[in-house]
Amino acid sequence: MANKAPINKIISFSNVDGPGNRTSIFFQGCGFNCLFCHNPETINLCLNCGICMEKCPAGAISRDEEGRIVWDKDQCVSCDTCIQVCPHSSSPKIRWMTTDDVMQEIHRSAPYITGITCSGGECTIWYEFMLELFKKVKEINKGCLIDSNGSFDFEQDPRILEYCDGVMLDVKAANPEWHRTLTGADRDMVMKNLRYLLAANKLYEVRTLIFPDRDRENEETVKYVSEIIQDRCFYKIIRYRPFGVREENKKLLGEWTTDEKYAEQYAQLARDLGASKAYVV
Amino acid sequence: MSEALNIIKDETLTYRQELIALARLGESTDNTIRYSEAYYEGKRKGALCDLNEGVMPYRPRYICPDYDLLFEKGCAFLGIEPPTDLLEAVNALEIFYAHVPSITTYPVYLGDLDKLLTPFVEKEDPAFAKKVLKLFLLQIDKVLTDSFVHFDIGPEDNPTARMLLELTEEMQLAVPNITLKYDPERTSDDFALACIRCMLKTAKPSFANHRMFVSEWGEDYAIASCYNGLKKAGGGFTLPRMRLYECSLDASDADDFLNRVLPHYIDLQLEYMDKRVRFIVEESTFFKDNFLSTEGFVKQENFTGMFGVVGLAECCNNLLGITDKKKGFGLNREATQLGVRIMDAIEKRVSEHVAPYCDAFDHRYRLHAQVGIDTDGMQDSPGTRIPIGVEPTMLEQLEVNEIFHKYFPTGTGDIFKFEETYIKTPEAILPIIKGSLANGLRYFSGYLENNDVVRVTGYLVKKSEIEKLNQRKQSLNNVTVFGKGAQDGAHALDRRIQKHGE
Repeated sequence: MANKAPINKIISFSNVDGPGNRTSIFFQGCGFNCLFCHNPETINLCLNCGICMEKCPAGAISRDEEGRIVWDKDQCVSCDTCIQVCPHSSSPKIRWMTTDDVMQEIHRSAPYITGITCSGGECTIWYEFMLELFKKVKEINKGCLIDSNGSFDFEQDPRILEYCDGVMLDVKAANPEWHRTLTGADRDMVMKNLRYLLAANKLYEVRTLIFPDRDRENEETVKYVSEIIQDRCFYKIIRYRPFGVREENKKLLGEWTTDEKYAEQYAQLARDLGASKAYVV
Repeated sequence: MSEALNIIKDETLTYRQELIALARLGESTDNTIRYSEAYYEGKRKGALCDLNEGVMPYRPRYICPDYDLLFEKGCAFLGIEPPTDLLEAVNALEIFYAHVPSITTYPVYLGDLDKLLTPFVEKEDPAFAKKVLKLFLLQIDKVLTDSFVHFDIGPEDNPTARMLLELTEEMQLAVPNITLKYDPERTSDDFALACIRCMLKTAKPSFANHRMFVSEWGEDYAIASCYNGLKKAGGGFTLPRMRLYECSLDASDADDFLNRVLPHYIDLQLEYMDKRVRFIVEESTFFKDNFLSTEGFVKQENFTGMFGVVGLAECCNNLLGITDKKKGFGLNREATQLGVRIMDAIEKRVSEHVAPYCDAFDHRYRLHAQVGIDTDGMQDSPGTRIPIGVEPTMLEQLEVNEIFHKYFPTGTGDIFKFEETYIKTPEAILPIIKGSLANGLRYFSGYLENNDVVRVTGYLVKKSEIEKLNQRKQSLNNVTVFGKGAQDGAHALDRRIQKHGE
């Protein structure tokens, strides 16, 4: 039985998931539960509760003989009602795919892309699958990047780094309590990975989200990261955007996008501290 | 009111636009060239269209002069000596351009400007050279007021091309159109990226598949007007088009279309072309006494006829009874495959026809994917494009394009509209262009959403100029009115946007 993983979606062309034009593979499932998550439907695996099936206006969701939820792509009208009504931060539009299934799509976009990026959700949950996939992607001479929340212990199992060109690591907060509030998880493994991947020369980029009017938290995180990475990798300062964020969380984090000038101050701070490749998006 | 009076009283027309409209009206009073009754019937039905080319062609539709010859030996008729420095070179071109006719009355090909001007630019102080080029571009925009005016650059990087790109970005003009002749081995990534940055901000240059054009035309080819491949020192005699959707209305099914209707209309369009080509060569005096011909800037044997088609998508959908465009041509294998059968049939029949003259092309016409005109509405999508509004992902759209671009040596292309984030990631576009050209795409155009200068179907307009016409004011650019028609009637500017994460 071939190794399968739940794939939320595959985007053939992306310009925001690493250098060049990339095919991005979004895995389902994440160990974090970030308040600001803009695609919360990728957090959990489907529990087959059937609520989306009742609400789907196009009749695109049904059950198979074993009671599992099945999504019919051809019937779907892409209204996203299923995602909005799911009480479990999941989606019925998930495909359980083998690496060969995924490669079939990558082969199609291969002539036009620089490489692929595994994202999510949290792709490292599906480590063995990703390892198998990367080996196949390397055979066609395309680059492989990992977009990760840093919860996987790369030092303990570094096998994939041989096939991976780099990791794009989210460092959401330096302060342990603020990290726990934001993500529901400890920060220690993230920090360990930050240092380990940098030392292993596999840190492509660190990403930090800048929240509106959170001066203390923003500054603490940017300082922490900048002092470690210096000029050895990119530092992407991302403006918080409320789009896709769950309603109750917007009340805590903000209903508006972080001002560009406000975010630029933190990029400048990072550069002043030696992280010369810091920039705002 | 008479038609002439309508033109004269139209407050949105400039003096020059009135003059051109009145000349067209005058030309239309003649009926020297007669066609068969079946041809006129096809035209009445809208299945055949002459693109308002005029009933009595007194010059070829598109003319691509040999500007190297101008610089080599000057021009006796115009009293131009071979230029010795940049000012003389630019001055010679400006004078010459004023005397190059075309269907639009303006020159549709200004030359491979970087190659032409580099020997002179190199001898000047760069700041001075750039100033001269800036005034040159301004002269073109304000005097050759028509977006079908076009120059080419590349394939190699050079300082002149860089200056022209910088000025194009700085000046934000709709005229002239620009093409980069892209060759993966001769065009550096750095130069291609500079072109992409300029393209995002000004909708030009477009990327032409240099190897593909060279394989069909030899090195001496020009990209003129919208995206038309033609021979240098030559051009295109005429460009009529079959409106394939309207043709398909005569057929009972796909087989009937392929076996009966399609050959019928192909032959009528060939009849039309043959008669016009003969008239231009034998009756009109262009090739006999125009200095372009007598001094060798063009050679009659380097001209061919351009066999145009439009509306393949709607044709296929109609023949298969598909009413939902989202499930039609370009998104549905059966409809796209029918498109291939239709194009194969057109290519075969046209290539079997022995055309008068066209000596450099083995006496054959060449196919052209016509981009539509302002009055087409939603019924005929440009050439073989997927209809606006139902475009699939960019990957899928490219794959469909790659199937069809090979049929059209005299031009085809597609246009991609990019979301704002792409301005910061031009390196995400380069692999797409490289991959698609390697896979058989002929011509790639792009622009950034929210730009003022945008590409409509093949030509460029400024949205702010369309707004002037909407307010019943004049627009200097003759083409703005086509942009307004295409947007009003066919929503041509509402094409899919390539967003990050899609």
